[in-house]
Amino acid sequence: MRVALFVTCLADTLLPESGKATVTVLERLGVDVDFPREQTCCGQLHLNAGYVEEARTLARRFAEVFHGYDAVVSPSGSCVGHVRTHLAELGADAALPERVWELSQFLTGELGVVDVGSRFAGSVTYHPTCHSLRVLRVGDGPERLLGAVPGLELAPLPAAEECCGFGGTFAVKNAAVSGAMLEEKLANVAASGAGAVCACDASCLLHIGGGLRRRRSPVRSLHLAEILAA
Amino acid sequence: MSQAARSAPSEPFPVAARAALGDAQTRANLARATTTIRARRAAVVAEVDDWEELRAAGAALRDDALGRLDDVLLELEASVERAGGVVHWARDAAEANAVVVEIVQDAGAAEVVKVKSLTTDEIGLNDALAAAGISPLETDLAELIVQLAGERPSHLLVPAIHKNRVEIRDLFRERLGRPDLTDDPFELAEAARVHLRAAFLRARVAISGANFAVAETGTVGVVESEGNGRMCTTLPEVLVTVMGIEKAIARWRDLEVLLQLLPRSSTGERMNPYTSLWSGVRAGDGPRAFHLVLLDGGRTRALADPEGRPALRCIRCSACLNVCPVYRQTGGHAYHTVYAGPIGAILAPQLAGERGQPGSLPFASSLCGACADVCPVRIDIPRILVHERAKVVGAESQGLEGLALRRLGRVFASRSRYERAQRLARALQRPAVRDGHVRWFAGPLAGWGAERDLPGVPPQTFREWWEARERGA
Repeated sequence: MRVALFVTCLADTLLPESGKATVTVLERLGVDVDFPREQTCCGQLHLNAGYVEEARTLARRFAEVFHGYDAVVSPSGSCVGHVRTHLAELGADAALPERVWELSQFLTGELGVVDVGSRFAGSVTYHPTCHSLRVLRVGDGPERLLGAVPGLELAPLPAAEECCGFGGTFAVKNAAVSGAMLEEKLANVAASGAGAVCACDASCLLHIGGGLRRRRSPVRSLHLAEILAA
Repeated sequence: MSQAARSAPSEPFPVAARAALGDAQTRANLARATTTIRARRAAVVAEVDDWEELRAAGAALRDDALGRLDDVLLELEASVERAGGVVHWARDAAEANAVVVEIVQDAGAAEVVKVKSLTTDEIGLNDALAAAGISPLETDLAELIVQLAGERPSHLLVPAIHKNRVEIRDLFRERLGRPDLTDDPFELAEAARVHLRAAFLRARVAISGANFAVAETGTVGVVESEGNGRMCTTLPEVLVTVMGIEKAIARWRDLEVLLQLLPRSSTGERMNPYTSLWSGVRAGDGPRAFHLVLLDGGRTRALADPEGRPALRCIRCSACLNVCPVYRQTGGHAYHTVYAGPIGAILAPQLAGERGQPGSLPFASSLCGACADVCPVRIDIPRILVHERAKVVGAESQGLEGLALRRLGRVFASRSRYERAQRLARALQRPAVRDGHVRWFAGPLAGWGAERDLPGVPPQTFREWWEARERGA
């Protein structure tokens, strides 16, 4: 099986650890991972911001770059959600999207794995990001993966399904409202008592992690892959 | 009030929202109210085994009516007139207001009682009535509270959701001349009841909105909790209903679906306390004259846009407001429209049209999708938000943001440009980055930087790591 990593522009440029960890987990499970160097951005940012022409160009480009692979795996529920929902209607390859997987879906669904052979000492709370939850419907896969990690204590997150307030350009255009949403999310993360907050989306983690660091919180923000690679 | 509500917003959403965030009391009231109503909705929806089928049926029957609205409306007109009612067609707010004012004046009335006032708020009817020397009295308890306070409704269904009991007590003490009142809900409701009862008995004309109108039978329906609507629709001699044309449904049996979806989605009740359905007039029972004013007000334009059209399915349940994390923070006033929350953010720009596009509203969402999951008629609100954003971007210059995003589009379209941009960003960020994180934020990033840190481009991007690994391997 030819598997490509779609690392996303955001993880490539700002949070490379989530990409590296994704490679580690997949290779540990015997998957031969390729990284098509031509990849850049799927165009979600542009579509959601209202720039359809740019989104169309990037969707076609995405389809060309990943055309020959049996599976495309990504550490971003949001970007995969975009590819699955919009690629075909933006005029790109209609057969590709169903071969594009968010990491937890690929592990639990395609590979049928729950225990990936990692260890982690400490308590973790899981934030189901909006697009993993309501666009991709990843369900409880991430929590099952976390639950199978020896040493990891999964702490429930109050009001888990509330948005963290990121929303791409929303966090810039409506920064104050976004900040108020983040404040609630961080209060709930604190209430969970966990030492780390985990999600399947580097973009939301950029937001939550940025809020934690600004408040000098000892709570770490970790991508699911980073825990599974440990 | 309603004038401000129907004109173009004087300030864009982000500005109004920032002000709203400073109102701790309103935010606390909102958080409490929306949390309660969400839990109630979730509980009663979970009871229904075929909820998803009901939603699908609701969407289908609304689409069916909207898909042949011209025929449905003509059938509705014929049915209403056969039953003794009079139908008026209004292209816009001005025409609708003129029709209503004339009916009230012909009846020789100087005051009217009102219920279900969303559509009349949309057209600014209260101002038009006042300008003609007619005093309108809102009879829905929450609408009355808002009217007495001189404010605008902040929620489709719970117009006074931003107010708590103590605030209402103080308002009633002052405006109803009842200094003795406590904040006991029963006492407050009783005070309103006494105030309204006199008006119901006096009023010769009532003005209502409508939840639905059935084309096949000419039946108009109002769904409510208090019974004040029924007072309005039965006591006065003349009843005027102002309804957006999209509220028409084709068949009587469609009510079976909608009357299950609506109360569970809106108030979280299995059944609403009062459902009033009337067809024209009947001798010796109820109003002697019935007028149905059918308002276009931008609806045919919205109908002509296949991507935006599903917004017209809306049955005004407000479930999307109650689950929206943005609405929950800001409340309805920040939207500066009668229709607030996620549905308002897609409906208001479509209805506003040439009256000035509330261009900031489609951006008032993180696209979290909670609204689409609860919509009883399955409106894909995030999809329409994105569609409306594209319309705004296509219609007006986005300034610096537009330049930046178009430029970024070109960068992403080429691997070499993209990799060069990564290296360039790393070089340029140097003075602004300490300990791997940006320490000052300029221009559009200032808002982000007010509350969050941001990592800089690291010494090694993912692709550089991959390439180093390949070389080493």
